Amino acid sequence: MSVFWAICRQHMVLAWRGGHTTLAFAFLFIGVTLMPFGLGPDLALLQALAPGLLWVVLIMALLTSLDRLFQADYEDGSLDQMMLMPLPLELVVLGKLLGHYMALVLPLLLAVPLAGLLLNLAPAHLPMLLLAMLAGSPALVLLGGIGASLAVSVRRGGLLTVLLSLPFYVPVMIFGAGASQQALAGEIDETRLAILGLLSLASLLAAPVAIAAALRNAVR
Amino acid sequence: MTENTMAKPQKFFLPNAYPEPAFLKLESLACSRGLRLLFEGVSQTLKAGEALALYGANGSGKTSLLRQIAGFLPLAAGTISFGDTPPNAVHFIGHADGLKNALSVGETLALDAALWGAPDTTTDLLPLLGLQNRAWQKVADLSAGQRRRLALAKLYLAPRPLWLLDEPMTALDTAGQELIDTLAGAHLAAGGLIVASSHMPLAFATKELVLGAPA
Amino acid sequence: MLKALENISAFYANPTRFMKLAARLHAPLWILASALLAYGLFRAWHVPEDYQQGETVKIMFVHVPAAWMALFGYSFIFFASVTALIFRHPLGHVAARAAAPVGATFTLIALVTGSLWGQPMWGTWWVWDARLTSMLVLLFVYLGYIAIWQAIEEPTRAARTAALLAIVGFINVPIVKFSVDWWNTLHQPASVSRLARSALHADFLYPLLIMGAAFLALFLALTLTRMQMEILRQKLRVRRMSAN
Repeated sequence: MSVFWAICRQHMVLAWRGGHTTLAFAFLFIGVTLMPFGLGPDLALLQALAPGLLWVVLIMALLTSLDRLFQADYEDGSLDQMMLMPLPLELVVLGKLLGHYMALVLPLLLAVPLAGLLLNLAPAHLPMLLLAMLAGSPALVLLGGIGASLAVSVRRGGLLTVLLSLPFYVPVMIFGAGASQQALAGEIDETRLAILGLLSLASLLAAPVAIAAALRNAVR
Repeated sequence: MTENTMAKPQKFFLPNAYPEPAFLKLESLACSRGLRLLFEGVSQTLKAGEALALYGANGSGKTSLLRQIAGFLPLAAGTISFGDTPPNAVHFIGHADGLKNALSVGETLALDAALWGAPDTTTDLLPLLGLQNRAWQKVADLSAGQRRRLALAKLYLAPRPLWLLDEPMTALDTAGQELIDTLAGAHLAAGGLIVASSHMPLAFATKELVLGAPA
Repeated sequence: MLKALENISAFYANPTRFMKLAARLHAPLWILASALLAYGLFRAWHVPEDYQQGETVKIMFVHVPAAWMALFGYSFIFFASVTALIFRHPLGHVAARAAAPVGATFTLIALVTGSLWGQPMWGTWWVWDARLTSMLVLLFVYLGYIAIWQAIEEPTRAARTAALLAIVGFINVPIVKFSVDWWNTLHQPASVSRLARSALHADFLYPLLIMGAAFLALFLALTLTRMQMEILRQKLRVRRMSAN
């Protein structure tokens, strides 16, 4: 089991030192800053759109980080070693994804309230939005991992990763952003949260298997 | 202390460290990459304490054979039998060293220990690998020879009967090559097996196999 | 029955034998497709005008079968990929790869005709109704699948990666359909399915089915032809390699 936490820790350290966390932060805030330029500074409009916009920018920040998930390991030979470690590849993959989540997604979630401020989102609107993001973000990382692992052997495969991951993101996006509309009313919609949680759970069971299969294919 | 004084690794390789009897049997192995058949009919048997050296021109399939034994590449034909089953029985040291540039030498060794399920023996390993006083140095700043030596750390940390080495002497100076020879000797003396590909003769090899038909 | 199927498929796993079968099927399939298409279009054109939608309802005779083929195409790719990956039938990869652009084109046709159909009624060229949105996501699924074949250079690796995507993505398609349907019921916009419902009765059903059959024959003819092309391309590649 310590192998699992070691993999997780390694990925977190590398993500942090490689500047990916900082990049994701920057992306989130730049994206949110660009919105008023495109939509106009009408605060009421921005507030109405804010939950959906924040979901989109969160997803895009995550998408840009996805191709670094397995690419570096593929290129420097670590993928071979991961297959020989005293832990099944599926669990090694899960460790990396957990590391990615902790190093990238959690900091972004912490930044969302501040980013929301720029879009005139009031504190009362936050609980539902953050809960929905918390429930749905594991699915985003897991499903994005599928796209990343399929594209791992392609040089400059970032765009391919995004294209492959997008269809998987649609259901999460729909329920996530839909949940966020309730956020504006200040209500908590348990059904939507439950569905998001279910999507995350299903991804948790299915994604590591698919990712391991894709990685074994890439290493041949 | 210079890097040329490397301590003896014997304490890491106890006699009978590996489950008995360790052996490797290759029968009529064939390998194809895409549409090309690289080799076929490769058969060898290795018993405990034996080392097989693979020779052959570039592209003759040396790396592919090693990867087949490691389990990365499926077999086009034939069978491989171990005394134990991979992955927990195999170490694979390939061209790519699997090192992370952003980490320091000390961090790499500590993580290696955790990843391979071994206690942290960084302080003992540093002099063995000729990397004393470099614990704080980033892997990115190491020379090619130092990197290759650092990549060998897992061999010490996790005792596994079969070592697959792809051109182990590349980029190593005399001291580094001596390290490999000493390591291999200790491993074989403890009952381990080695399959190594190379362009030059390997001192520790007990058997030879040449891949690829003569031109 | 299953054993017979297995034997047949094993028999035709050999590319040369498959090519012989394909050569025999090629002309008849194209003739059938053209005939059905001509007949279907004829019947569609002569259908009585819908009192509500007038002439534009006739786009339905292209849109609906195209949507059917879009979904059929992806199922075809899924089953071909399963055959290739799990049952190790060598022609599975060829079949899946051949079918992909055909399915993608049908999806595009469904999208364009859906938009054209709705425009006179809705006043806009695009609405985010459930069916059109699902079709759009399906198009991206197809494009991703095709992109894998193009992006990965080594053919056997490309084949296996594409097959993996097809299998994993197949589970996603009904999930997307369900989510989009649910998303859509909240907003009640103009809907392609509502347009269709108003137009469907016996006079319309028969030409629709004929067009469906025509499109199916067309799909199979196109896929078969592309499979033949791909096998010929592979033979050429092998011949070039052994000549060197």
